[in-house]
Amino acid sequence: MEKVIFTEPSERILQALNDQDTSFVLDNALEHTMVLNMGPQHPATHGVLRLLVRLDGETVVSCIPDLGYLHRGYEKIAEASSYHEFIPHTDRLDYLSPLANNVAYTLAVEKLAGIEITRRAQFIRVICAELARLASHFVFLGTMCMDVGALTILLWAFREREKLQDIMDVLTGVRFTNSFARIGGVANDMSDEVKKMIADYVKQFPEKIHECEKLVLSNRIFIDRCEGVGYISKEDAIAFGATGPILRGCGIAHDLRRDQPYLVYNELDFNIPVFNEGDVLARFYVRLNEMKESIKILQQCLEKIPQGDVKPPEPKKVLPNKEKVYSKMEELIHDFMLINFGINPPIGEVYHAIEGSKGELGFYIVSDGDATPWRLKIRSPSFCNLQLMPQLVKGNMISDIVAIIGSVDPVMGEADK
Amino acid sequence: MNNLREPLLNKLNEQFSSAIESVNDFRDETTIIIKKDFLISVCTFLRDDNELAFDSLRDVTAVDYSGFLQNPIPHDHDIHVPEKIQQQFDTRFQVVYNLYSMKNHFRIRLKVKLEEDETIPTVSSIWKSANWAERETYDMFGIKFEGHPDLRRMYMPEEFEFHPLRKEFPLMGIPGSLPLPKH
Repeated sequence: MEKVIFTEPSERILQALNDQDTSFVLDNALEHTMVLNMGPQHPATHGVLRLLVRLDGETVVSCIPDLGYLHRGYEKIAEASSYHEFIPHTDRLDYLSPLANNVAYTLAVEKLAGIEITRRAQFIRVICAELARLASHFVFLGTMCMDVGALTILLWAFREREKLQDIMDVLTGVRFTNSFARIGGVANDMSDEVKKMIADYVKQFPEKIHECEKLVLSNRIFIDRCEGVGYISKEDAIAFGATGPILRGCGIAHDLRRDQPYLVYNELDFNIPVFNEGDVLARFYVRLNEMKESIKILQQCLEKIPQGDVKPPEPKKVLPNKEKVYSKMEELIHDFMLINFGINPPIGEVYHAIEGSKGELGFYIVSDGDATPWRLKIRSPSFCNLQLMPQLVKGNMISDIVAIIGSVDPVMGEADK
Repeated sequence: MNNLREPLLNKLNEQFSSAIESVNDFRDETTIIIKKDFLISVCTFLRDDNELAFDSLRDVTAVDYSGFLQNPIPHDHDIHVPEKIQQQFDTRFQVVYNLYSMKNHFRIRLKVKLEEDETIPTVSSIWKSANWAERETYDMFGIKFEGHPDLRRMYMPEEFEFHPLRKEFPLMGIPGSLPLPKH
């Protein structure tokens, strides 16, 4: 056998393996690094995230995230489906807040086609987006605490989330994957029953969130596991294109709801929680406070929501109500034309982004005037935030990786598209 | 939100008089097509200028324009495409950079025209966020970014030989392109 020359630090081990030397003794077991393959089937990676981690003892030396295990080619599908047909696919991006994804996508299409939506529909969409943010942050609250060992709060958070899904059930007709927004408005009007349900929810929320807070924030183990872990500096966060709670957790008050207002956010009064520490705990606090701000927004929406239609009078671009399709000739024709030939926006390109629960969720659409988009690009916050992972975990302990993934809160459906 | 459109174009014209190919405005968004040779210098300038401060690159992607506006649209109203617009899509690809200024809360889009087997310099040394976005673009379109530190596929397996978002790639995929495990 040919003599192999090793130049790696693990030279002696490989040499021993090569020689089948069973009497080999390692002087210092910790002098060598080890590569650990974490995921894609790992309960703490929140889906199918795969991390290749190089370890020195228990300390992470470097990390390479590997994506693509949930790649379904949504951008390709979009090129073959009409603008209306793509709405249900957006639900499956960030499947923890489908309502907000619908809103983001329809806002982009409306910008492209030049559709003005009614005031009532705008308020309903804000309510949808904030309900989605609450639901998503509750999953974060539960799973992140579970990752660091606080198991009780998972059940408590999901109990609270269940109430939100009951509201969504009555509002949209389904509990999950709602597909509620339509191009030009929303599918159905919001009934008074939903309004009352949201009002009740808003009323009992402070007490419930306080319960959850008491459970973890005075818990020394939880604080010790989160404080100072997964630090990222302001400059790095901007350079890596991080958005959402990660950016606000390192002291930058960046929120598209305030910075580039869409819908009716500029009429609503809410704060942007910002923490300067840049660690896991800071991101935890940011999300916790954001939930309280969302409740404030919901409350104001309920007070301010006007009466009126939820769809604008643009029959050539906006689908008519179903009952009218069955009873009126004109609406039937428009429905037929829209379904068969599409809304045909003018030639051009737009990008519209909203502040989703995980960061900037944007859709870039290129239109050639046809019924289907020529190109649709999803700028997903999870994808861009995951790029920070190597930076975040470097130098931390292996057991901190789960806490850091929890604090980044990636949803792989969105990161892999 | 400060409207930076005018100061931006003035500064670009002043600094790089021949870099701008065309400027498009559509729905209050500005798209600037620049020449490939000026990409790095324009990007560095946009990031480092104190007033403009485009410190965040939100996205890099590409658009495959092969066959764009070629087929008549089966539709009842006629869409007349002016010659000037058609000229903008004379190359196969356009690489799109979506820039955001954290200070001014302002977005612009830079585009670079690219032929099929051309390469383009990477901007990952200017904005770190370009790293993965360029990998994704390479994976989906096969556009090679010169000087990229780690140009591997982002989503598809490394041995996959096609680029799925190119227009010639069929929607249903290519049978046999992803081998199943033998047993």
